[in-house]
Amino acid sequence: MPAVSKGDGMRGLAVFISDIRNCKSKEAEIKRINKELANIRSKFKGDKALDGYSKKKYVCKLLFIFLLGHDIDFGHMEAVNLLSSNKYTEKQIGYLFISVLVNSNSELIRLINNAIKNDLASRNPTFMCLALHCIANVGSREMAEAFAGEIPRILVAGDTMDSVKQSAALCLLRLYKTSPDLVLMGEWTSRVVHLLNDQHMGVVTAAISLITCLSQKNPDEFKTCVSLAVSRLSRIVSSASTDLQDYTYYFVPAPWLSCKLLRLLQCYPPPEDGAVKGRLVECLETILNKAQEPPKSKKVQHSNAKNAILFEAISLIIHYDSEPNLLVRACNQLGQFLQHRETNLRYLALESMCTLASSEFSHEAVKTHIETVINALKTERDVSVRQRAADLLYAMCDRSNAKQIVAEMLSYLETADYSIREEMVLKVAILAEKYAVDYSWYVDTILNLIRIAGDYVSEEVWYRVIQIVINRDDVQGYAAKTVFEALQAPACHENMVKVGGYILGEFGNLIAGDPRSSPLIQFNLLHSKFHLCSVPTRALLLSAYIKFINLFPETKPTIQEVLRSDSQIRNSDVELQQRAVEYLKLSSIASTDVLATVLEEMPPFPERESSILAKLKKKKGPGAVSVSELEDGKREGGELNGGGERITDASAIAASNASTPSPSADLLGLRSAAPVGSAAPSAGSLLVDVFSEAGPVAPSSGVTDDNFLSSTPSSSSLGSEDAAPPLPESDELLNKFVCKNNGVLFENQLLQIGIKSEYRQNLGRMYLFYGNKTSVQFVSFTTALNVQTKPVEPLVEGGAQVQQVINIECLSDFIEAPLLNIKFRYGGALQNITLKLPVTINKFFQPTEMSSQDFFQRWKQLSLPQQEAQKIFKANNAMDTELLGLGTALLENVDPNPENFVCAGVIQTKAQQVGCLLRLEPNAQAQMYRLTLRSSKDTVSKRLCELLAQQF
Amino acid sequence: MIKAILIFNNHGKPRLIRFYQYFAEDMQQQIIRETFHLVSKRDDNVCNFLEGGSLIGGSDYKLIYRHYATLYFVFCVDSSESELGILDLIQVFVETLDKCFENVCELDLIFHMDKVHYILQEVVMGGMVLETNMNEIVAQVEFQNRMEKSEGGLSAAPARAVSAVKNMNLPEIPRNINIGDINIKVPSLSPF
Repeated sequence: MPAVSKGDGMRGLAVFISDIRNCKSKEAEIKRINKELANIRSKFKGDKALDGYSKKKYVCKLLFIFLLGHDIDFGHMEAVNLLSSNKYTEKQIGYLFISVLVNSNSELIRLINNAIKNDLASRNPTFMCLALHCIANVGSREMAEAFAGEIPRILVAGDTMDSVKQSAALCLLRLYKTSPDLVLMGEWTSRVVHLLNDQHMGVVTAAISLITCLSQKNPDEFKTCVSLAVSRLSRIVSSASTDLQDYTYYFVPAPWLSCKLLRLLQCYPPPEDGAVKGRLVECLETILNKAQEPPKSKKVQHSNAKNAILFEAISLIIHYDSEPNLLVRACNQLGQFLQHRETNLRYLALESMCTLASSEFSHEAVKTHIETVINALKTERDVSVRQRAADLLYAMCDRSNAKQIVAEMLSYLETADYSIREEMVLKVAILAEKYAVDYSWYVDTILNLIRIAGDYVSEEVWYRVIQIVINRDDVQGYAAKTVFEALQAPACHENMVKVGGYILGEFGNLIAGDPRSSPLIQFNLLHSKFHLCSVPTRALLLSAYIKFINLFPETKPTIQEVLRSDSQIRNSDVELQQRAVEYLKLSSIASTDVLATVLEEMPPFPERESSILAKLKKKKGPGAVSVSELEDGKREGGELNGGGERITDASAIAASNASTPSPSADLLGLRSAAPVGSAAPSAGSLLVDVFSEAGPVAPSSGVTDDNFLSSTPSSSSLGSEDAAPPLPESDELLNKFVCKNNGVLFENQLLQIGIKSEYRQNLGRMYLFYGNKTSVQFVSFTTALNVQTKPVEPLVEGGAQVQQVINIECLSDFIEAPLLNIKFRYGGALQNITLKLPVTINKFFQPTEMSSQDFFQRWKQLSLPQQEAQKIFKANNAMDTELLGLGTALLENVDPNPENFVCAGVIQTKAQQVGCLLRLEPNAQAQMYRLTLRSSKDTVSKRLCELLAQQF
Repeated sequence: MIKAILIFNNHGKPRLIRFYQYFAEDMQQQIIRETFHLVSKRDDNVCNFLEGGSLIGGSDYKLIYRHYATLYFVFCVDSSESELGILDLIQVFVETLDKCFENVCELDLIFHMDKVHYILQEVVMGGMVLETNMNEIVAQVEFQNRMEKSEGGLSAAPARAVSAVKNMNLPEIPRNINIGDINIKVPSLSPF
């Protein structure tokens, strides 16, 4: 017997649908629909009250019309009326109409809420479910306001029926997602976690989605769910295929729930409790073992369900990244799938391997599959799979295989699907840059890229190649030669002309000695492309020409003639015309000296995050990179055009002003460059800067000054002899010195304090320089350290500087830095400043070199939980961090993933020596770092972790 | 989370659309067209996953679909769902439809759109999975059906009652037995 009785539908509805289906043309269909809409409208507006059945029928017709893609702008009221019917079917269609045709009409929502309220209170489980469905499907804020308090009660009440519990769990989840502020945590939360133990598997299925979402947002509050989830999973995994009866799907016990449990566990780190962890590892092993067993059914559904669990288990293993044994098994399993005849499995295996490639334990194992993956890239019929293969190649690339992978990706590009070409181009460009040992290889690769897929090479890519060529003088001659050759091709891409124009304009002289590429030949070659190019490229070429005049005076008459020609000097494009006029004038009136200065070779670009990487990020994840990236691009455009272009675009100006600290500076990745500009004015002119090697001043110096000014009056007006509390920014100031020993510790309008320091084993010496920035003397100048110091001169003349030496010995490990209090009178007012002396535990590091094997052996020895400190945090700066100055030895070729940094060192104190290992894993995609420290002393691990997390 | 469930036929005619995230009406239709365009050009033996279309969220979402005879069942999901798990879910949904309609075909979906919605509601609620046990889902649908029957018995148009009686008088139609079955079950539902 079919559960749906086919004959008992609404006859009018069936007739209408048949009519529509019999329509011969779109016009006829629209006509029929309009007729019906008019009919329904008149029925709804009519004087005669409609009975429930008719209303139901018309509402159903409207739903059908809506499905066909026609707007429905009426009938909502009738649907709302149906909600208050006491007939199930009428209520049901009313709720369906509202769920499908949500309308933010607030007046209606109030009526709907009313009906929902009645149904929830009805204690009729069927009606309650309908109401909960409606809330979950609409999920508007008004509904959350009305029901967020009520639903948790229904969910955890003892007498609620299972089906209602299921609906209530998902309903609450929806409200929590749309209006988390309205769903208040309370006594119900602990009981929700226990739904994982519920007898009814349907309740567990629904509840687990809710618990997963809640755990992601409040991991601590819900962490008890870990052990419950593990025991539930263990019961399912170890059950016979018949135990769970209806929840067994093609001989696999509760596959959906198992997947969800494994997903929930991925919200947490590995369980701390040994017993729970043991049980979980056992589960994971069982799942991996089952994959090797012969299938219980030949049906695809059976293997599907089994593999769904397997893939989730592998994701969990990768997430934990701590069980080498399981990781290797997971990798082998995925390796098998790479060659499976099921396309779905190949797809998923490639996808999972991508995440596996970033784990230290399995990176090498993943790399062994390179040939299979390359083969997939070449032979898979499905573009989705090929795309995953390309992603995996990108993820598994390191110095050892970069040339092979880049070559394969390049050859794939020639036939790649249009939809993924641009991404492929970016990836090739990034890999080529990242793993270039030999920059001529890099130049070749990028030029090949332009040759093969010129249309997909975005601005960022060719800007980048130019930046690199300019910054590395060992490759400039080669680059000039190669572009010259590439330009010989009769048809070359405009991007090639741009790169060629720019590079020959800068470095054409390096190949001019060869008679085959004499200045005139170079010029003629470039100029032969000129007329085929767009205006921006022509503008760039004109800049290249004027550079030629400087490089090769013999070309001057030829080029001047070109500039003077009507097609340039009277060009209808203002930009081109202006350039022609200006360059012509410049070349005729300026002396060679002036010309040489104006047209000097471009200075090196500041190093910063590759703009291509940013572009890829933007393609991959929304929100990762903001609009300012675009501005960045524009700005570079300005620079690249050799300064000939006047920046008129407001946003470009904003971007080029970014060297003054501004919020956008971080996004632009200019932070490392920014202080150079800002330090000079703030350092003042009165003080001779003795710290010639002193690095950049804090980018936020402007901000700290403000803080300081506001805090000074209060401390000076107190006039007390007590030391002021440390400045609010003292921690930040301290953090600047974690990785460097010299610099300006503090500066305000009156005083500048510089530091020079040196450390050796557990001893250190620090020189403090107090500079008076004013022209008035500081009287009764004292400094006090909460340790003993030699006194300083009590008088600091205007513009003068006094020096203080502090000898430091580290007795045992410490957390708090010594406090330095400075008091003096300036024009009668007492100044009282307290700072933290930048002495941090890492200053007493002795670097230790060790091999990869030693490192990981020691790493494992330090495996007690308290010996490890870990932080995951967002990058504050551009992600090309250097760990220089930390004091540890940076170990190369230790971590299998070349992205990661590992360091080792011993902290020397008088009392003991503390060995420390450090591992920093950048995730460029997410702009996040994971920093792990292990040392034999827990306080040291913790403190170092805190200190270092501020540095990136 | 499941963002949308779309069922359309080989020509792109929508047979059921369900969005769990708000999209304006015209946007919904555009999404259907885009999704059909993406899915229909794929061979039957390629993989069942692809990146979402630009309108529905792009690479952060996946389209997971199955093609049964004349119909495409497409689920658009975010990264929190297991791809194979969703494939199983589609299968559960289709098998349930098959049980409820007895050899379900496209026509059933056209003429009983409301019923298909109700069946789907027993599986997915607000974009999350409510129940995966097929027997439980079918039991719920049967229960709804009995409710409908009992209400129909009380207030349906008299004409339909007459035709039902007429049918019962024709002994050669074997379906009579089924009708008899249903009629016997109805009284047991009186508490509702």
